[in-house]
Amino acid sequence: MKQTPLYQAHLDANGKMVDFGGWEMPLNYGSQLEEHNQVRHDAGMFDVSHMSVVDFKGAEAKQFLRVLISNDVDKLKTKGKALYSCMLNEAGGVVDDLIVYYQDDTDYRMVINAGTTEKDIAWINTQAQGFDVRVEPKFDLAMIAVQGPNAREKVYQAIPGTEGICGKLKPFNAASLGGLFIARTGYTGEDGFEIMLPSSSAEFTWKMLLEAGVKPCGLGARDTLRLEAGMSLYGSEMNEEVSPLEAALTWTLDLSDKSRAFVGRDALEVLKQKGVNKTIVGLVLAGKGVIRDHQKVITNLGEGEVTSGSFSPTMGKAIALASVPKGSEGVCEIEMRNKRVSAKIVKPPFVRNGKILV
Amino acid sequence: MSEIRDDRQYTESHEWILDNGDGTYTMGITEHAQALLGDMVFVELPSEGDEASAEDEFCVVESVKAASGVYAPADLEVVEVNEALDAEPELVNSSCYDKGWLVKFKSNAIDGLMDATTYSETLD
Repeated sequence: MKQTPLYQAHLDANGKMVDFGGWEMPLNYGSQLEEHNQVRHDAGMFDVSHMSVVDFKGAEAKQFLRVLISNDVDKLKTKGKALYSCMLNEAGGVVDDLIVYYQDDTDYRMVINAGTTEKDIAWINTQAQGFDVRVEPKFDLAMIAVQGPNAREKVYQAIPGTEGICGKLKPFNAASLGGLFIARTGYTGEDGFEIMLPSSSAEFTWKMLLEAGVKPCGLGARDTLRLEAGMSLYGSEMNEEVSPLEAALTWTLDLSDKSRAFVGRDALEVLKQKGVNKTIVGLVLAGKGVIRDHQKVITNLGEGEVTSGSFSPTMGKAIALASVPKGSEGVCEIEMRNKRVSAKIVKPPFVRNGKILV
Repeated sequence: MSEIRDDRQYTESHEWILDNGDGTYTMGITEHAQALLGDMVFVELPSEGDEASAEDEFCVVESVKAASGVYAPADLEVVEVNEALDAEPELVNSSCYDKGWLVKFKSNAIDGLMDATTYSETLD
């Protein structure tokens, strides 16, 4: 199994290591609930070094990305600005979801999912033929996400020089400091930074953050935090068979430039004409129990399926994202362990910046 | 190595059963089981007076990670349930052998359970 540069740090912190798509990663360091609450109320850090960074350089880097992904990098004008997007196949299904950062028109940085890295890079290289662009995976980078209301302050304490560079950084923007690339982004619904850095400095930086009072948090808490934040997970809410139109990700599609022929656009336009019949909604369980992935959902308009189900530590109730007939509303039923329980259909997010929104 | 107590007996499905000496037994899940399941968020218990047959799933402990059935070790009748778990399911994590007990029951068919040594060998 693959290990990140922080493997030993996880063992030192009593990380419960599990196989996560071929990577040996910490599920938790004792209590997933405490780690979840730590991020909602203070600051926690996640090793996300299993995710991959890919740089795009060359005279046609911009032209290439305008074809490769379904959001439009043309809207990125300032250095360090980030954009969330899907990368589609010809049928309009999602190959991966990603964040791309702008440096200049000949230099972009992309962060893609761990489990899809090999497939993505093969796909990107195929699409890149004929463009003057170099596709450069950066497997020598580690990534630490520091998240929570006190996360930024603690990063400033832990890593000298960061406040000067990042103190005025707006959400969804990044800045560089030596070998560090620091983005005010995240996957928890809280403020914070995602820090990309050379693998060789990962353990030292992790220890500095520990000393500043940032607690290690595992992938278990990362999942309940992103679920409360209503954020999609590749492989759960979307995959190659599902288009962004069917996954409540229409906001990530930029169709404004009619001449921009990005991969999957033709299929999307057809789907849009025909109309799609499903979408992703949020569910909040009325009674006891925990909603689990793949449970059947019955709404006023028909059947659907739970795509991500868990317990919300912030709300003290079970919540889920589910794929259901488009237009479903009100109360639905979930088939759970041989019985039917009722749940309320809501619009995610469930929780943002520590506050319950549903 | 997870804690296993000598004063009680164990099942293959990681429940412990303590003989109270008055014809009743107290039951819970083991340290090993609670560690595997992780943070508990709901415990579904039967009602006082409920009867269960051997191997019936008669309680459910649900963690952030998974729901897991708890099985009757013999034909039994529930005499008391741990109502504290309704508000504090995490007692199953923090005190699985004491405050985190699940049910007390009557049975005259308790048989074939493992002692602590035998149970500990199954965990190796």
